[in-house]
Amino acid sequence: MISAADLAALDVPGPTVSALSAPFWEAADSGRLLVQHCKACDYAFLYPRRICPRCWSDDLNWREAAGRAILKTCSTIFKPGHPGWQPAAPYSIGIVALEEGPTLLTHLRVDPENLAADMQLRVVFMNIGGRTLPCFESAP
Amino acid sequence: MRRSLGSIAGIGELPAQRETQGATTLGMIAEVARRAVADAGLEPAAIDGLLVGPQVGETPQHVPATVAEYLGLMPRMANVVDLGGASGAGMVWRAAAAISAGMCEAVLCVLANTREAMQVRSPNRNPIREFDVPFGASGANATYAMIKQAHMAAYGSRDVDFARIAVAARANAQRNPDAIFCGQPATIADVLASPMIASPLRLFEIVMRVAGGGAVVVVSPERARSLPHAPVHLLGAGEKVTHRALSQAPSLTSGPLKSAMAHALATAGIGAAELDLLSLYDCYTVMVAATIEDLGLCPPGRFGDWIADRDLGPEGDTPLNTHGGQLGFGQPDLAGGMTHLTEAVRQLRGTTPGRQIPNAGLALVTGNGATMSEATALVLGADA
Repeated sequence: MISAADLAALDVPGPTVSALSAPFWEAADSGRLLVQHCKACDYAFLYPRRICPRCWSDDLNWREAAGRAILKTCSTIFKPGHPGWQPAAPYSIGIVALEEGPTLLTHLRVDPENLAADMQLRVVFMNIGGRTLPCFESAP
Repeated sequence: MRRSLGSIAGIGELPAQRETQGATTLGMIAEVARRAVADAGLEPAAIDGLLVGPQVGETPQHVPATVAEYLGLMPRMANVVDLGGASGAGMVWRAAAAISAGMCEAVLCVLANTREAMQVRSPNRNPIREFDVPFGASGANATYAMIKQAHMAAYGSRDVDFARIAVAARANAQRNPDAIFCGQPATIADVLASPMIASPLRLFEIVMRVAGGGAVVVVSPERARSLPHAPVHLLGAGEKVTHRALSQAPSLTSGPLKSAMAHALATAGIGAAELDLLSLYDCYTVMVAATIEDLGLCPPGRFGDWIADRDLGPEGDTPLNTHGGQLGFGQPDLAGGMTHLTEAVRQLRGTTPGRQIPNAGLALVTGNGATMSEATALVLGADA
């Protein structure tokens, strides 16, 4: 697995932050994982949107997630789609379901041989190419 | 007799090419459009409807007008259909609907692409660019790998099960001289020995990107009967769009084709067992596996048992992607989906050179865009 230092040194595309999503990325910078929450229908979701994708209410707020998740699916990438990621290969990505409900695609800090469906994960904030991103590792 | 929603009177296709030197997308579109309209036995001036794809290289906007002008057409109906690999199938249903609505009488549906050595990267600023790409998940290989992984984890399907899909595609491609892998068959061992790209996906389970193009001409069933070829009728269609990013997908093992195919078959009034050709979108081996299961040919997770002792060739018990599929033909970008359509038309006309299915009467054509996100299914029938 690529070292944290080498991960930070990658020349790869970072998030294209908008005013709407800025709170998510600013929280990540300080080690907190936020999800959007609809006050009208009590639904938590990611990625951030202008209205709730379930009931279309715009009465939304941010909630801090506990950072616990299970692995829904994953892949270990040997030939990345973006050339900037080649020095990191093989590395793993996955789709995880947060305890609060939302699912997101993320970078996995787990050895490929230890990856298993439904494994318990916890958030770990990593510097990837100079930006702080919510990644996941095995939960003890 | 089943009701025809519209008829395909002409088809055109360009051979798959690894690279094009200096060709323009507009030029490729013109070449394949010329073939389709000539095949339909129509003069260009008879084309009064135009459906095009969203990615015409020379213009990001006003795409239908740009294409129409280039072709010297002045259509009464013009639109972009932007459903990824489902665009070709999606065009046919829209063309038939536009004709039924009185918008126009003869619709050219056309997709083509060039391929340069250096491809330009997408300038997207969509949620995938913000929330997937920064984590190392660029491109479709990563997301389809996760779909295959989910299938294997949920059902215990094996690499050899998926490899059989790639082997069958390569085998059928040996009888299509326009296919990029004509002359290059593959065995199960070859597939399993091909390089791991994104686990558990190996190279031979992934389409090769090529340049090419495909086009069809849609007219009313009455009009079609006055034209040179035996009409191929649209008997049923269905469509469904469920998500764009895989993280937002309602399921990792079943896709929107399930409801699209069910709607198409119900409209046509037939069951899956009556189909003579399965022309199934196959960007990756797992896409065929999921489609076979979503079509109900076998229980969820059991495609491996289903495919193991089946002959998917034109003379076989279950002809599937007789042109080689995109796994054997190559994927000319959005026109890749068009190859499933043009092959179905050839088979239903009874004129497929070197690989005709005996007495082919009914075909299912599927289109699939993004990561099991956009789905269109068509049931096509030979003229009764």
